[in-house]
Amino acid sequence: MSVASFQHIAEIEKSPGYWAGVMRRFRRDPVAMIALFVVLALILMAVFAPLVAPADPYRASMLRRLRPIGTEGFPLGTDELGRDMLSRLIHGGRLSLLMGVTPVFIAFFIGSAIGITAGYLGGKVNSVLMRTIDVFFAFPSVLLAIALSGALGAGIFNGLLSLTVVFIPPIARIAESVTTAVRRIEYVEAARASGASSFTIVRVHVLGNVIGPVFVYATGLISVSLILASGLSFLGLGVKPPEPEWGLMLNTLRNAIYVQPWVAALPGLMIFITSISFNLLSDGLRSAMDIKS
Amino acid sequence: MLKYIAERILYTLPVAFGVSIVCFMLVHIAPGDPLTSILPPDASAQLQEEMRRIYGFDRPLPVQYGLWVLKVVQGDFGTSIATGRPVAMELGRALGNTLMLAVLATMIGFLFGGLFGFVAGYFRDSWVDRIASLISIVGVSVPHYWLGMVLVIIFSVQLNWLPATGAGPGGSADWVWDWAHVRHLILPAITMSVIPMGIVARTVRALVADILSQEFITGLRAKGLLDVGVFRHVVKNTAPTALAVMGLQLGYLLGGSILIETVFSWPGTGFLLGQAIFQRDLPLLQGAILTLAMIFVALNLLVDIVQSLLDPRVQRS
Repeated sequence: MSVASFQHIAEIEKSPGYWAGVMRRFRRDPVAMIALFVVLALILMAVFAPLVAPADPYRASMLRRLRPIGTEGFPLGTDELGRDMLSRLIHGGRLSLLMGVTPVFIAFFIGSAIGITAGYLGGKVNSVLMRTIDVFFAFPSVLLAIALSGALGAGIFNGLLSLTVVFIPPIARIAESVTTAVRRIEYVEAARASGASSFTIVRVHVLGNVIGPVFVYATGLISVSLILASGLSFLGLGVKPPEPEWGLMLNTLRNAIYVQPWVAALPGLMIFITSISFNLLSDGLRSAMDIKS
Repeated sequence: MLKYIAERILYTLPVAFGVSIVCFMLVHIAPGDPLTSILPPDASAQLQEEMRRIYGFDRPLPVQYGLWVLKVVQGDFGTSIATGRPVAMELGRALGNTLMLAVLATMIGFLFGGLFGFVAGYFRDSWVDRIASLISIVGVSVPHYWLGMVLVIIFSVQLNWLPATGAGPGGSADWVWDWAHVRHLILPAITMSVIPMGIVARTVRALVADILSQEFITGLRAKGLLDVGVFRHVVKNTAPTALAVMGLQLGYLLGGSILIETVFSWPGTGFLLGQAIFQRDLPLLQGAILTLAMIFVALNLLVDIVQSLLDPRVQRS
């Protein structure tokens, strides 16, 4: 990201009615609106899963294993233990969304704090913080997530922890570069010259200008995080059976591809729909806020 | 030029040091004692003490780290707990398989991603652009392990054209460049190529669109330069960045191959890593992660140097 584009943001963000303009541009973008609708529908579905799901997602039956899509009473078939696929997919959204969104959310706060501190203070603090961040950047993200959760062992908490560690470095890097750019803008210099304290400058000028672009960047990471979180469960790390979770369901249904291939592929389709919707939503936000990547 | 390269190498050293510390600490953040995976649960306190001494776990951490690094730089990654063979040997065999898969996938991804991105950037906001953009967003959004499963369902289960798993007929370990082996490579390579394809397409589209909007292009066109000539300028300005992205993508694929290798039972480093995790084979886990991360660090360095040779402007930023 170039410094100039952020300065551009910094300028337009101060003009009156900036957010109104963002909203207007966002509403005019049909793709982004559809993506927003799908994301909201998925979240509502997950929140109200017990009310929406037609059956108990845990009730197994050896008599009706691996029924095809369109079976009476089981519109999306049944899984390898005879549990209703539709209900499991609906309930699966709870853990999949939670495991995908939470790490980015936490990393957004921690990463922004690290990046803004490094960018604002500069000098030695910047070097120490950013060189540490560089070390974590030296790992491909999939490898780092798997290394950490592999060492820590399976489980929801360990999965969340590993993914959070993975997403702090990229967010911190962006926050640092935007903060460094903002710090050099004249009105920040002017605020400092007129005696504003560091706290005031960070709160008013830096936060106001940095949070927007960093937030948009973070929304773009949600799709990666969803794929990685379900990927961990797919590998047998992360969520443990019998909890319904899309990645884990994909894993346990892997052997069923010779019996009911399309039933086995359904959980992955859910991950795909969720991930592409978040990506399109993030792209829409980016262009509505006029941030050049 | 030499000064830039020297600076980049000097900058990489502390990063490599940090990476080695993270890999070393992985064994120590694991819950419980690193020995619990080797010892039977009813081992006597005396035996535990003995093993602790043999493996050197009784020494202070910095000493343990020093001794570990000293061995690693000599190519000694310890012994796999699961197989009893040297970790370096296990890794060497697997690395070749992953490298083959990742290089092929990067090439396919770069070829198609570059093509889609170029066409999209050149005919911006046309229907071609929209289709190419759609392909690239699907490429970055699709869970590739699921895409692998879907391809297996179509081409192995339903059509029975290509094998679903493994790297050769009858689970043979040695690779040969014949059809019986190459068939096994097709589905995993295509699945893997989708990730770099999406990213390369996005990058190239943005670069091409950016260059075409610059004044020197308008100037050249005004002076009567034909489209072929403009094309040459665009390629010259896009290539260094696109190649850098390709190099980094190769690194990501090498390090992140575990999901695809698990789907296809491809006997590479990712598959090995998966086994190490589930057998709690900590020396193998540590060795595999250190090797993959160091390859990524080295590749990053190489990409930076090559890019600075191709495009002198990089050195100044």
